[in-house]
Amino acid sequence: MAKIIKIGMADLNVATPPDVLQTCGLGSCVGICLWDPVTKVSGMAHIMLPSSLQGKNGNEAKFADTAVPLLIQGMLKLGAEKSRLVAKIAGGAQMFSFYSANDIMKIGERNVEAVKMVLEKTKIRLIAEDVGGNYGRTIEFYSENGQLYVRTINLGEKYI
Amino acid sequence: MPLYENISEFQLDAFREIGTIGAGNGATALSQMINKKIGMTVPAIRILPFAQVPEVVGGPERLVAGIFTTVKGPAPCNMLFMFPIESAKILAGNLLGRNYQDDEEIDYYGRSALTEVVNIVAGAYLNSLASFTNLKFIPSVPALAIDMAGAILNAVLAQIGIAGDQALLMETIFTEFEENVTGHFFLLPEAGSLEKILEAIGVKG
Repeated sequence: MAKIIKIGMADLNVATPPDVLQTCGLGSCVGICLWDPVTKVSGMAHIMLPSSLQGKNGNEAKFADTAVPLLIQGMLKLGAEKSRLVAKIAGGAQMFSFYSANDIMKIGERNVEAVKMVLEKTKIRLIAEDVGGNYGRTIEFYSENGQLYVRTINLGEKYI
Repeated sequence: MPLYENISEFQLDAFREIGTIGAGNGATALSQMINKKIGMTVPAIRILPFAQVPEVVGGPERLVAGIFTTVKGPAPCNMLFMFPIESAKILAGNLLGRNYQDDEEIDYYGRSALTEVVNIVAGAYLNSLASFTNLKFIPSVPALAIDMAGAILNAVLAQIGIAGDQALLMETIFTEFEENVTGHFFLLPEAGSLEKILEAIGVKG
């Protein structure tokens, strides 16, 4: 029986087949999914903010720059090989549009940028993304085949 | 690291008290607007890790109308109103004198009406907070999103997420009895704001 492992805001976890990683209601946050196609070890992080340099507290899963290395660490422990990892990401929406959209309101966009930068820096290939827009997403990542399922309220569902 | 460990139970009580009066003013404003009786709960103050916040409104996938205002001034805060979609339809319908069907989306006018409700209720709440504290609270024009509760909360919590891992929520539930409309109201002070508000009303820990 496949277990569904739920991941909350500013949280991360790893899985092996047949288990499924799930995070519900991504808004401006970004869901980062990493997968090793050989061992099928998978990992998911639900990050809220781009950079840990803005804040100074211990929760590494909250920031793009600290969550990715932590996620990789967890996956290596389950037998993943770093050079084989590929990434899929979803989220980074702008949920509210104010008349005077300031920096903080564009947090979704900045989160996506930061995630892409971290992936590039750690040399992990981004193979699929479903980001931006102004709507929420629920995602499920299947460790068996590396498929990422994305569900929205008004725009249906898809696999990437 | 807990953000609010320096705030005593007594101080939270004081904060809850001014919140009760503020929310009372908000409820009165709402009641006058739709010409119906509005009840409210005594505000609950909760300090929660981010991951648990969506559970307060029925889980991250619950479809809700969220209306969000940022408040500037010496003690910046964020205010969020969340209505389950059924309640949002009834409330918008009441204001516009029409009915939204179950399978009908809330249109431009309905969205605008809901935003205006929050504008007025938030104004009434902040007026009361300002008169207690002698601090200025300047709200932005509210913005509305109809989507998953979790997604809406993401965007709001990111605002305060820089400072800590926990959110202090002051939550009041407004209820309109005839048609059972409920709404959640959250006040989320930014880092340091709660301390400023408490200092302004002269409550030490």
